[in-house]
Amino acid sequence: MLADLLFLLFSSVLLIAALGVITAKNPMHCVLFMILSFFNAAGLFILLGAEFLGLLLVMVYVGAIAVMFLFIVMTIDIDFAVLKGKNTNIVPMGILVSAVLLLELIAGAWGGMFHTPQQQTKPVMQEENAQILGEVLFTDYVVPFQGAAIILLIAMVGAIVLTHRRRSGVKRQDITKQIQRKKSDCMIVTEPPAKSGVAAAYFVGKGVEK
Amino acid sequence: MIEYLPILFFLGVALGVSVVMLVLPHIMNPVRKGGQKLSPYECGFEEFDTARRKFDVRFYLVAILFVIFDLEVAFLFPWALAFETIGWFGFFSMMVFLTVLTVGFIYEWKQGALEWE
Repeated sequence: MLADLLFLLFSSVLLIAALGVITAKNPMHCVLFMILSFFNAAGLFILLGAEFLGLLLVMVYVGAIAVMFLFIVMTIDIDFAVLKGKNTNIVPMGILVSAVLLLELIAGAWGGMFHTPQQQTKPVMQEENAQILGEVLFTDYVVPFQGAAIILLIAMVGAIVLTHRRRSGVKRQDITKQIQRKKSDCMIVTEPPAKSGVAAAYFVGKGVEK
Repeated sequence: MIEYLPILFFLGVALGVSVVMLVLPHIMNPVRKGGQKLSPYECGFEEFDTARRKFDVRFYLVAILFVIFDLEVAFLFPWALAFETIGWFGFFSMMVFLTVLTVGFIYEWKQGALEWE
């Protein structure tokens, strides 16, 4: 009874929040609605007994990805008031993409409902479902798992290649250079004659940095 | 699943407290709006500029690298729990995974992406 009520609560708030993501005018509100929908999806996962997936959703999506979204929306240089008026030219593209997604959803639901009813995996409603996940993920599904590693590597390298620039004129600590510096490179002992001092010309050509 | 009930209570209490904190001032206090009261406050002086300006892309780089290592940790949890049953194959499967990501980490380090300069 309580589970049914909670399911209704989570799923209705999830739908409302998802609607808010695409209808809110202010992008900050969109991201906050997205976080709300992540939380409700996590609640649904936990109701299904997939507590590890639910908590992972909170940890990865809310903890990392949504924070990154918030961060980018906050730091992006777009005047949203200007942007509001002219979003009519993307409507056909939007309809196309959502039609494809809808077809995929329908195909997935039909395939799932009418073709593989016997191949249902054992119910996740068990103790320690993170352990059950681990038992199959690293043995039976080792190829997709290593594929995930490659995808993460590509994301990492791609982010660095696209955004990282070495800036010139910045003082940096070069530890190797510091260690290899010798006494003779940076210090000279002279015996200047009385009343004349060390001529400035003495330093030139010695390679001594002041 | 009944062990998640306290968390549900927590959520309910948090929701209630935050709603009360938002609604109570509106009831208790008269709201007198004014141009100065509604304007952004920046340490007492007039604000210099709008917050919508170009930021350095390095902030984004730090964020995306954080997401990647967060996902790596997410894979380590079920591995640690199933460690005794998956045997050497599971062990080395994770070692290969970590090696691939360590290659990325070394690349990142050598490129200086972790340094702020």
